Amino acid sequence: MDALMLDGNAVAGLLQEVFGAEMTTAIGTCAACGASAAVGAVHVFRGAGVVLRCPTCGRVLAKIVERRTQVCVDLSGLRALATDGVEGGELSL
Amino acid sequence: MEGAALLGRLTWQFGDVVDLVEETAHVKTLVLDVPAWPGHRAGQHVDVRLTAEDGYQAERSYSIASAPSGTGLELTVERLDDGEVSPYLTDELRPGDKLELRGPVGGYFVWEPSVGGPVLLVGGGSGAVPLMAMIRERAAAGSDVDMRLLLSSRGWEEIVYRDELARLTGDGLVVVHTLTRSQPDGWSGYARRVDSEMLAQVGPAAKDQPHVYVCGPTPFVEAVANALVGVGHEPHEIKTERFGPTGG
Repeated sequence: MDALMLDGNAVAGLLQEVFGAEMTTAIGTCAACGASAAVGAVHVFRGAGVVLRCPTCGRVLAKIVERRTQVCVDLSGLRALATDGVEGGELSL
Repeated sequence: MEGAALLGRLTWQFGDVVDLVEETAHVKTLVLDVPAWPGHRAGQHVDVRLTAEDGYQAERSYSIASAPSGTGLELTVERLDDGEVSPYLTDELRPGDKLELRGPVGGYFVWEPSVGGPVLLVGGGSGAVPLMAMIRERAAAGSDVDMRLLLSSRGWEEIVYRDELARLTGDGLVVVHTLTRSQPDGWSGYARRVDSEMLAQVGPAAKDQPHVYVCGPTPFVEAVANALVGVGHEPHEIKTERFGPTGG
């Protein structure tokens, strides 16, 4: 266990900035193990950027780096991100 | 998605500091008035941003302590001695000052009366903050939902919201304290870290499928979540909010 670990809740503001919608209730599916979890429940690590990890297998779901006014987002660890109540429904990645 | 993006956009705004309330030696509540506050749900938080004269900015996330009510907003902040933001908020801020924030954010770690019960809240130290918003929301709504709070604090003087919790107890709200480091004379309550036996005694039982919310420092949340699964709670019914190594 890593004492620095946070939950997806901790980056709710950043995610809302990136996606333009509340994302902690969206359901993410891990591209590696196939497990699904609410974004609010994924494991989050902060460093030079933010890393979201699968709470089931620990692999990286997403990386977000803020650079001055730019935000770089890598979602390659997510097979799908299903939003609930947000127009657009499921985003296939 | 464009319409949704506009609806969901977050903007930074200023709130006015109305009052500062000392909760414990290390914890203060900031009472704010935010003119354009859109309202919030119990369990949500805000991002707070401080800007230095040279433009350097530091941002932190703080749980909202107050039940939804007009433009009023209360944040309860624990002072971390080596913190970049919390010492300013607890020691320097004065009524009349302005504080930059955006929110509310989050929607996962949220309880409102429509969610129903039974509800088990487990807090460690200032992890009580978002749970208090839920308890206040329950009281404001006149709800009689079965809600139990198990709050772990280091000592009697370090219990956040101690008097208000005592006042609100009853009508379906049960508050149980455990004091892990020091106990007052004659203390007959729990005096150890939260464990499976304690969770089983406080209840509700796993078979009643309570909604469970756990908030506190990361090691606390990890230990409690594991103990809950150990006594039969479903992992997907356990919502967690981890503060990191030492808290907010």
